[in-house]
Amino acid sequence: MPEHELIIRIAGDGGDGVISAGDIIARACARLGLEIFTFKTFPAEARGGYAMHQLRTGSGRIHSHGDGVNVLCALNEQAWETDKNTLAPGSVLIHDATFSPEVPAGAHAYTVPMTYLARQLNFRQAKNMVAVGALSHLLAIPAHALEDAIAATFDTLSEDIVHTNLEAFRKGMAHAQRLEKTDTLHLPESTGEKDVIMLSGDEAAGLGALIAGLGFYAAYPITPASDIAHYLARHLPKTGGTVIQAEDEIASISQVVGASWAGKKAMTATSGPGLALMGEMLGFAFMSETPVVVVNVQRGGPSTGLPTKHEQSDLFVAIHGSHGDAPRIVLAAADVGDCLHLTVEALNLAETYQCPVILLSDSSLAFCKQAIPRPDPAAFDVKERRRWHGKGKYQRYALTADGISPVADPGTPDGFHIATGLEHDETGKPSYVPENHEHMSAKRFTKLKSLCRHFPPPEMDGDATEQAGVGIICWGSTIGAAREAVVRLRAEGMHIKGLYPRLLWPLQTEQLKTFASTCDRILVPEVNHQGQLARLIRAETGIDPVSFTICGGMPFTPGQITERIRELA
Amino acid sequence: MKAHHEVTDYKSSIRPVWCAGCGNFGALSAIYHALTELDIERHTMVDISGIGCAARTPYFLESYKMHTLHGRAGPVATGVQLANPELTVMVTGGDGDGFAIGGGHMPHLARRNVNITYVLIDNHLYGLTKGQASPTSRTGMKTKSTPYGSPDAPVRPLAYMLTYGASYIAQGFAGDPKMCAELIKGGLEHKGFAYVHILSQCPAFNKEETVKYLRSIIRPVPESHDVADADAAKRLLDKFGEKQPVGLIYQVERPTLDEHMAEIVNKAGGSKDYDINKIIELLRP
Repeated sequence: MPEHELIIRIAGDGGDGVISAGDIIARACARLGLEIFTFKTFPAEARGGYAMHQLRTGSGRIHSHGDGVNVLCALNEQAWETDKNTLAPGSVLIHDATFSPEVPAGAHAYTVPMTYLARQLNFRQAKNMVAVGALSHLLAIPAHALEDAIAATFDTLSEDIVHTNLEAFRKGMAHAQRLEKTDTLHLPESTGEKDVIMLSGDEAAGLGALIAGLGFYAAYPITPASDIAHYLARHLPKTGGTVIQAEDEIASISQVVGASWAGKKAMTATSGPGLALMGEMLGFAFMSETPVVVVNVQRGGPSTGLPTKHEQSDLFVAIHGSHGDAPRIVLAAADVGDCLHLTVEALNLAETYQCPVILLSDSSLAFCKQAIPRPDPAAFDVKERRRWHGKGKYQRYALTADGISPVADPGTPDGFHIATGLEHDETGKPSYVPENHEHMSAKRFTKLKSLCRHFPPPEMDGDATEQAGVGIICWGSTIGAAREAVVRLRAEGMHIKGLYPRLLWPLQTEQLKTFASTCDRILVPEVNHQGQLARLIRAETGIDPVSFTICGGMPFTPGQITERIRELA
Repeated sequence: MKAHHEVTDYKSSIRPVWCAGCGNFGALSAIYHALTELDIERHTMVDISGIGCAARTPYFLESYKMHTLHGRAGPVATGVQLANPELTVMVTGGDGDGFAIGGGHMPHLARRNVNITYVLIDNHLYGLTKGQASPTSRTGMKTKSTPYGSPDAPVRPLAYMLTYGASYIAQGFAGDPKMCAELIKGGLEHKGFAYVHILSQCPAFNKEETVKYLRSIIRPVPESHDVADADAAKRLLDKFGEKQPVGLIYQVERPTLDEHMAEIVNKAGGSKDYDINKIIELLRP
C-alpha cells in the first residue's frame, strides 16, 4: 500500500449508519483536497444485515476502491466476523466494546465503547459518530474538517441532531485520546484545497442531464438507479423540466419517447430488469428515429439476481435487446466523472443521430462518491437535433447523405407527419415494398457509421507503437482497477498496455485491431460470467482475447488484475 | 362565426383500409366532425395510437400523429402532452389495445388526470389478428381462440374509468357518428382525462355484436342524470346491465397532470434560464 493513501472500512448493521459515517469522513477528506473513492455494500432489505462503507483516500490519482483495508472499524460483532480476514499485518482495527475480537498477529486493535457512549447521550443512532471521533484522533483526520462535514450532513434535519452528533463525535475523540497509539497509520498529507464537487455516479448522471438541457425525465423506482430519479426530482423542476414517476418501466420509456417526439430532450434511468422491459419501445425509438437516452445502472442478474451488488452483465441486452435490426448507441462509464460527461454525451448523441442511446453504469459507480473538478456548464458543447427549416414539402424520413432527416416538432405549421413503428417511406406512409425496407434499413444504419469516426478514440495507457506482452481491453468501472494494475506493472518495467473504450456499440473496431496488433496477448477482464465484451470483440474483430471474468457481486481489485497479467505475461 | 376548417382539411391523403361496414368509419367520421366543429389548428393536433384496426386512425388525419406499440399509446401520449401542453392530444385505439395489453396504464392515465382524450372503439374482439376474444368479449363468446366459448368475464370499461378517477366519461355508438362527434368534441374541450367509449361492430369477425344488435341495446342517458354525481354514474352503469347507456355519463373538473407539473416548477422556483451553477454549488464537499 503506497504511503500517500489510506483505505478505511466502516462495517456494521444496516441501521448503524455506517454509510453516513463513511461519507462524512470522505467529505472531510475532499474538503482537505484529497482524492476520494468510496465503495459501499448493503443488504437488499431496507433494514438489518451487514453493511459497509469503504473509503480510499490519498494525495495521488485514485481509480478504484483498491486492494485490502488499512483500517477496519467494526461497529458490531457480525461485521467483525465478516471482515476479520481483511486485516493484514500493520493494519488497524477499531471496534465497539460489546465484543472481544481475537486480533491477528501484527494488527493493532483499539477498543472504543461506541454503544455505551452513544447511550450516554440517549441517542443510540450516534454510535457511528462516536466511531468517527475515534478515527479522527487515531488517524489524525483534522477534527475541524470532520465537524464541518457533520454539520453539513445533518443541517437539513435539525440543530438538535447536529448538536447530538457533534457531541458523540467529541466523546469518541476524547476516548481515543486516552488510548495508546501503537500503529503508524495516519491520513495522507493534502497538497492543498481544490475546486471540486463531491458526488455519486447516480448524482453525476443527473447533473450531466441538467447540463445537457434535459427537459423530461420519467422513471420507475429500481435499485441502484433510483438516486438519479431522486436527484432529478429535486433539481430538474428548477430548470423548468418535468419529472414523472411512471407505473412501470414500459410506461417510463413510452413517456420519454412521447416527450422527445414532442420536442424535449428526454431520458430515463433503470437497471437490468427495467431495461429488459424497455426493449420493444427502444426498437420503436430506433424505427421512428426518436432521440432517447436510457441510463442503465447494472446490478447482479439475471432475473432479480443480486439487486444491490455489482455486475457488468447487461452489455448484450444493451446492444441487442430488441427484435429486428434495431441497434443503439451504447456507452459505458468508468468513474463518477464519466457518469457526468457521458450523460451529456449520451444526450448529445441521441440528438445528433436521432436514435436511442444507452449509457451503462453499475451499482458500485451508482453509490461511489468521488471528488471531481467543479464542472462549468458553459464549457460543455450541447447539441440540438437537426430541425426542419420550414420551407417546401416536409418529409419526416427524407433520405439524406448522412441518413439524418430533419425533425419538425408537433406545433410546427406544415410539418405534419406520423412517427411510426411500421416500415415506412420517406413521408412516414407504411410501405412493405422490398426495396423500401432495404434502403430505409440502410438509412438508419448509415447514421451510425459516421459515429465511430467522430467519437474520440479510446483512452490508452502506453504508446500507440510500443510492443507489449499483454494488452488489456476493458469497459465500465473495471477500467479503474485495470488502469492501476497497468500503471503498477509498467512502473516495474513490464511491457503492458491498456485500452479503455467508452463507446461499446458500434465498436471502434479499427482502434481495437490496431491496438491488438501491438500486443502478444489481449486480456479482457470484466465482471460477468460469459465474458460479454470478450465475445463481442471476437465476433466483431477476429481478435481472440483471453477472457478474465469474475461474478461474485464485487468489482475487481487492482491486485486481482495484476496477478492475472503476471500469469499471462 | 364561420369555421376556418372544413371536414376535408382534416383528412390525410391516406385512405382507410378497413373492411366494408366496419364501425371504425363511423368513429373516424365523428373525429373529423369534432375537429371541424372545434376548428382546431391542424399543426397543434396530435393523435396517438397503439396497435389494432382502430389504432390505424392516425394515418387518416391531417395532423401530427404517432403509431406506436400495442398497448402503449396512453403513456406515449402522456409524454407528448407534458412536453407541450399547448397541443391537443388524442388517443385512438381498440378494446384489446386499451384493456388487455395496455390495461395496466389505464388507471394511471385516469388518476393522474392527463389532459388527453382517449377514444376507445370497442368491437369486442381482435380484428387485426383476425378474430380472437378480447377483454370485452362476453363470457361464452365463440371466436377463433375460444371455439368452446370464452371462459372469461368481460371487463366493464366505463365502471373501471369511474373507479380509476377519469374526469370525463362518455359512451357512443359507431352507428350514430353525430352523437359520437358531440361526445368526442366534449372530451377534447374537457380539461383533464376524457374517456370516450364507442360501441362498434366488426362485420368480418363478430357475428354477435352486429349493428342491429348494438342498436337494440343502447339507451340514451336519461335527461335527469346528474353528470357531476359519481354515485349516480355508478348507479346508471349498474342499472343498465345488458343494455348500454349512450351519452355523457360523468364529468368533473379537477387539476390536470400538466397543471400539477407547472405547480412543481413554481415550488422549485424554476425557470428556463435558471443558473445551473447554483445546483452545482450544492455539491461542494
